[in-house]
Amino acid sequence: MVAGAFDRGIAGAQRDGVARRALSVATVVAIVAACAIPLWGSPYQVFQMTLVVIDAIALLGLNLLTGYGGQISLGHGAFFGVGAYTTAVLIHSWNVPYLLTLPCAGLVCLALGFVFGLPAVRLDGLHLALATFALGVVLPQVLKYKGIEAWTGGVQGISLEKPAVPFGLPLSPDQWLYCVALAVAAGLFALARNVMRGATGRVIVGVRDSPVAASSVGIDTALTKAATFGVSAMLTGIAGALSALVVQFVGPDSFTIFLSISLLVGIVVGGLASISGAVFGALFIQFVPNLADDVSKAAPSAVYGVVLIVSVYLMPYGVSGLLRKAKARAFAWIDARHSRSVTSQPTKPTKQGS
Amino acid sequence: MEGLLHQVFAGLANGAIYASLALALVMIYRVTHFVNFAQGELALCSTYSAWALIEAGASYWVAFVVTVALSFAMGVVIERVVIRPASRAPALSVVIVFIGLMVALNSVAGWIFGYSTLSFPSPFPAEPPFGNHYIGSHELGVIAVTLGMLGLLYVFFRFTTLGLVLRAVADNAESSRLVGIRVERMLGLGWGLAAAIGAVAGIMIAPIVFLDPSMMSGVMLYAFAAALLGGIDSPIGAVVGGFIVGVLENLMGAYVIGTELKLTVALVLIVVVLVVKPSGLFGQPVAARV
Amino acid sequence: MMLAPSPSTSQTVSRSVLLACGALLGFVAVGCKHGDSSEKPGDKAAAAAPAEIKIGQTMPYSGPASAYGTIGKVEAAYFQKVNKEGGVNGHSINLVSVDDGYNPAKAIEQVRKLVEQDQVSFIFQSLGTPSNVAIQPYLNTNKVPQLFVATGATRWNDPEHFPWTIGFNPSYELEGSTYGRYIATHQPGAKIAVLYQNDDYGKDLLKGLKAGLGDQAKSVIAEATYEVSDPTVDSQVATLKASGADTFVNVTTPKFAAQAIRKAYDIGWKPKQYLSSVSGSVGSVLTPAGLEKAVGINTVGYFKDPTDKQWDDDPAMKEWRAFMKESLPELSTSDQNNTYGYIAAQTMIQVLKQCGDDLSRANVMKQAASLKGFAPPLLLPGIALDTGPNDFSLFERLLLVRFNGTTFVPVADAAVVSK
Repeated sequence: MVAGAFDRGIAGAQRDGVARRALSVATVVAIVAACAIPLWGSPYQVFQMTLVVIDAIALLGLNLLTGYGGQISLGHGAFFGVGAYTTAVLIHSWNVPYLLTLPCAGLVCLALGFVFGLPAVRLDGLHLALATFALGVVLPQVLKYKGIEAWTGGVQGISLEKPAVPFGLPLSPDQWLYCVALAVAAGLFALARNVMRGATGRVIVGVRDSPVAASSVGIDTALTKAATFGVSAMLTGIAGALSALVVQFVGPDSFTIFLSISLLVGIVVGGLASISGAVFGALFIQFVPNLADDVSKAAPSAVYGVVLIVSVYLMPYGVSGLLRKAKARAFAWIDARHSRSVTSQPTKPTKQGS
Repeated sequence: MEGLLHQVFAGLANGAIYASLALALVMIYRVTHFVNFAQGELALCSTYSAWALIEAGASYWVAFVVTVALSFAMGVVIERVVIRPASRAPALSVVIVFIGLMVALNSVAGWIFGYSTLSFPSPFPAEPPFGNHYIGSHELGVIAVTLGMLGLLYVFFRFTTLGLVLRAVADNAESSRLVGIRVERMLGLGWGLAAAIGAVAGIMIAPIVFLDPSMMSGVMLYAFAAALLGGIDSPIGAVVGGFIVGVLENLMGAYVIGTELKLTVALVLIVVVLVVKPSGLFGQPVAARV
Repeated sequence: MMLAPSPSTSQTVSRSVLLACGALLGFVAVGCKHGDSSEKPGDKAAAAAPAEIKIGQTMPYSGPASAYGTIGKVEAAYFQKVNKEGGVNGHSINLVSVDDGYNPAKAIEQVRKLVEQDQVSFIFQSLGTPSNVAIQPYLNTNKVPQLFVATGATRWNDPEHFPWTIGFNPSYELEGSTYGRYIATHQPGAKIAVLYQNDDYGKDLLKGLKAGLGDQAKSVIAEATYEVSDPTVDSQVATLKASGADTFVNVTTPKFAAQAIRKAYDIGWKPKQYLSSVSGSVGSVLTPAGLEKAVGINTVGYFKDPTDKQWDDDPAMKEWRAFMKESLPELSTSDQNNTYGYIAAQTMIQVLKQCGDDLSRANVMKQAASLKGFAPPLLLPGIALDTGPNDFSLFERLLLVRFNGTTFVPVADAAVVSK
């Protein structure tokens, strides 16, 4: 029995090693595939995958707040919109170089998210849902407001020129923007992954799971929540800024409450509190509505709604939850196989049973 | 002065609309501790079925009674078929089920009944009462029906065993199960009652805003705000909240900031109230358990 | 240990990794399933004069403007009918109509798919000002015709800056200025209150109204807006009444128009009323509001209202009803959008007929700008479509009509209001 446990320990270590290697292989393959897209994709496909990358960044931001931080947001599309408008207005009214507008949009949303997050930390669950929902509903109306029409273009929005490819690189603008989005995404994903695995991540999750315990060890829960809100808004805002560059248009109708709901759908279907979930969620919100349209012109939303409900039944913890479960099953199976192979060795007779 | 009265009465009429749907939200919340985002679209489907019955030649009251009964059944069935399979999923996943239900029902209603604006009959006289110009008979009727539903709900929760059982299920499903309450059946009942209240709300709202697939999408936001403002577990709060939201928004739009930003400002004010008083105006404060 | 995992184990894990990666790539590939065309968008498909004419379109089949999705369905069905009857000059027509959810960002994505992947020759009747504003630069840069845009913004008539874009609806500004000029001549000293939708439609029409009023523009004494998410416009109507105005210009979509007409009547406000043509429907606006409350309302018309009794025996209306019954029995014959789609589709066919066998993008655009007195039979008598190389506006004049309690009749003292 002791020997069996020991062997299983070895198997476990082997297994973890294999798993880690497998995971890094998978990551490398995914990154290579992502980098290869501009090479073999048509301009439209490159454009579409750019949108997926951008959605993934936005979902990463929302997941930080809702998945890890436990604060629901039904209005994150507002930060996406503010980011997009920041970029559009800076380029259109002040001729700011477009790459410079990305950090600007991030900072604006960081500040806005933090300020919004300060009172919002007093709200729990439903009330926060209403407050954020209100934010999402109100943004398009504020964007149309005649007092700021000189900058926002009012209901007509702002059209942008396609950004030029710098340094004479042999790339089309679509390919270049894809690379920009991918580079930004890679940086932000690496950052988010490391932060969430470190002390800060544990603080955020701690505040979510047990605010009382967290404050009793000296954590300022209000500040943590507001800061999480700010950083989350910043990520989503950067995604919005990128989308303005790629889509070359911003208008109040681009950032309605439907966008916010779509983002929420993305993190839940992708997987809450999971970095990879953002990617799966982005693929879902990009492609499933198009598929629904292909299925039925009469009622595409009905198809979409049913797909949503069925997805929740099949994957209550999202795609990444499903993969986690599959991994656990695979490991259990490996363990079982290994222990069987151990017990079948005649030189090491062990007594079975517990 | 006359203008002010018009604004206040129009606000009260709108408030009654919000309040009637808010009552359905409170109902479902008291049983399941969820806000059902699909409540408005459920009411929309009920209203369309009432319209279809009347078109088919049924009298108003027959259509009314049949629709309310059908809606109750629809609520029970949806709880059983759509909601219960997801009951073990995380709370946010359940919210996604509500969203899926909302977009699907709205889309199906448009598909079946089209998108034209339809008029819906009213059971109240066409002429305004007492020859006044401020409020029509139907608007007054909606206020009365809403207050009537409020009274029924109050009596139901306060004085009937079934109401007590529903409250018990909402407070603590596990303990309720231990004392022999059939929790699943009660959840179904809660859904059915909420859908029935929603059906009455829809039938009352349709003559005012006209029937089309987007009838409820605007109302839903206001009802949600009204329910939270009043305190999401309080039927009285929902109704008072509805009236406050209706009047507040009109006065804001007419006298303070103009129509362009009236919704914005009304929502900001509501959120501010909730920051100061999170349990709402009439809600039970929830003690945090450490 | 790490170096020598049991072969079966490592194989299993690698296989699952491969499977996972495969699934991921598969997911990507599904999204790019039409990935065989890496050519630049160009005139190639069109220049080859194929037997099939491929037309692209975005429509709000989902989202807040789903009510208009019916237009795309009617147009697709009309082209089917034309195909069955032998097509246009032997070419069959294939309308690829896709959903944009009334979201400009989605519209750009869909239009790029239509142009680059589905290789459509041109875009026809894409709906919604925001969506069309968003796709306009892309289509003009790539020289893809953006034909008969299904909104009334003024910017579709700008051949100098956007030579590949042409609108369909009479512009909202033209309509507004029609009311403005009529009021200035026939009701000098009027005090005007305006209710308008807070978007391009409302703002353009208001702009046109003030332009038409000319030096009397100050007579607009009250303005109120509403959002499409508002449950009712009762409060706005009460505000406008309190302003003391004696003329009410109602720039709303059908549901809100009906609410406003009823509310004005119910609170005892009896102004002269001008109703935007968007809502000039007996069946879906005036009947719900109450016909007796709508007597005397003015509007401009350009096509026959299927719910107006005076057209019940009209041959064109009968033909349209027969078509609807035959091809689209599930759609409503009292919905004006279905009449509108039919007229737009007929206009498209006329342009393709004029093209002959030269279906290049340049020629399609040229022919769209060469309509001469083309009068689809569902247009009101006296109205015809005219375009020219420097005039991308289809409608030169509109008819001012007044509701007499049962039907819309031309206003005698302004029978035809010219541009």
